[in-house]
Amino acid sequence: MTVDKKAGAKKPAPLKKPAARKAPAKKKPTWDISDVDQWGPERHELGATIIEAGNSVYNETGGWRSLVPEIDVEKCDGCMLCFFYCPDASIVVENNKAVGIDLEHCKGCGICAKECPTKAIVMLIDKKD
Amino acid sequence: MAITQSEILAVTGNEAVAEAMGQIDPDVVCAYPITPQTEVVQLFAQMVADGKVATEFVTVESEHSAMSAVIGSAAGGARTMTATSSQGFALMWEVLFVAASYRLPVVMTTVNRALSGPINIHCDHSDTMGGRDTGWIQLYGENHQEAYDNCIQGIRIAEHMDVRLPVMHMYDGYVISGAIGPLQMLTKEQVQAFIGPYHAINPMLDSENPVTVGPFDGLHGWYFEHKVAQNRAMDRSLRVIQDVADEYAELSGRQYGLLDPYRLEDAEIAIVVVGSTAGTTRMTVDKLRARGVKAGMVRVRAFRPFPYEDYAKALQHVKVVGVLDRADSFGAQGGPVFLEVRGALYDCDPRPQVLPFIYGLGGRDIYPDNIEQAFAELENAAQSKRRVSSERRYLNLRKD
Repeated sequence: MTVDKKAGAKKPAPLKKPAARKAPAKKKPTWDISDVDQWGPERHELGATIIEAGNSVYNETGGWRSLVPEIDVEKCDGCMLCFFYCPDASIVVENNKAVGIDLEHCKGCGICAKECPTKAIVMLIDKKD
Repeated sequence: MAITQSEILAVTGNEAVAEAMGQIDPDVVCAYPITPQTEVVQLFAQMVADGKVATEFVTVESEHSAMSAVIGSAAGGARTMTATSSQGFALMWEVLFVAASYRLPVVMTTVNRALSGPINIHCDHSDTMGGRDTGWIQLYGENHQEAYDNCIQGIRIAEHMDVRLPVMHMYDGYVISGAIGPLQMLTKEQVQAFIGPYHAINPMLDSENPVTVGPFDGLHGWYFEHKVAQNRAMDRSLRVIQDVADEYAELSGRQYGLLDPYRLEDAEIAIVVVGSTAGTTRMTVDKLRARGVKAGMVRVRAFRPFPYEDYAKALQHVKVVGVLDRADSFGAQGGPVFLEVRGALYDCDPRPQVLPFIYGLGGRDIYPDNIEQAFAELENAAQSKRRVSSERRYLNLRKD
């Protein structure tokens, strides 16, 4: 590997933070699977193919949760580690700070709380109705 | 209107199939060589190298990878083919189910060869008979001509919208694959017009419409419904196989069916057989007929789906049916074809007797005498007042 050590070589531009992900808007699915539990053998796509990208948004997995993360926005320094680590893309970010959790998809795994360097996230018992 | 080329070529079975693949000119072929299929892949690779086909040829490091690459290619939206034999087929095992359950219309040539061990490279049907529940359509060819014809028809069957299942077509290792026999070919233009352009369903390479192929089905569970859909497609394929054969007959002058009956109309005894041994059996039937024995034969063409109603119709008037299996099902009542035929005839009244014969394992020769011996057993059983034992009979087994 060769390294360009010439004087005056431009410094790489600083990495931009990714655009924050907002809580998913409830758009109408292009592939209506609302009554999928009633589908018989003929209704499914050939070979169980999923024909709409990103349709896992419609699959609410929040009900699996026994612990729920709570964010202290004051302590958040905007490092985005929780956002990167969250396996369910459930961290809601506004103005480069974690401000909330998408509770329809957060499974309560606790990875965000484990990774948060400022201890801004803690896991609490999820009290269900 | 038969517009077949009049020229008759002398080719090996493998050459016949390589020519068929060349005329089909698939988008992708992923294959690994194995005796006795090697010649198919070798000749086809030469066509790719010579620019005679536009195919992307993917060389892989094993048959497991071959079938995996085939699945990726077919899911991507390409007309995809491969070929294998024996241990290679066995190594594909787990992925064969995936190809079928993803409903990918792949066509695979399988040259029948024994499975180890002892290691043996000669013909029997244990490889593909073991794969009868993988969800693939199985067509067994008799000779060079049918190997070529089945390869081309397989494309139309697999890609038919009522089916969308992979098709494997078989012919006997060495007996057909390596021996020279007659072949009449269509022109490449005829084959292209017959198979038509490829229509992919939900292809992964359509970036405008992204899809997920092969998702996990563990949360809500529609696995059961998908399996039923697969089996319904298998049922529908019976009609499609016949329709494609009829259309192919118009083109080629060669008529095929789901099964191939011979002198059955007034037969009292009959043999059911798969593959190249049908030729020897047909000859034996003629010989017995000349002696006044009412002998007949059915050759199996479609084994999956198994047209059990057609077998019942074809064999219901026969007194004793002998089923010649070139593979065994250890611990079962008989070989795989025996079990199917016996099951198919169960609802017949009166019910014909069905006797299991095993022959030709590991390439053991089968002579006309052996088939006559089988017919003699059927005659004895037909004359016997009581039902005879349904134990396996072995043809040309060395004496203990």
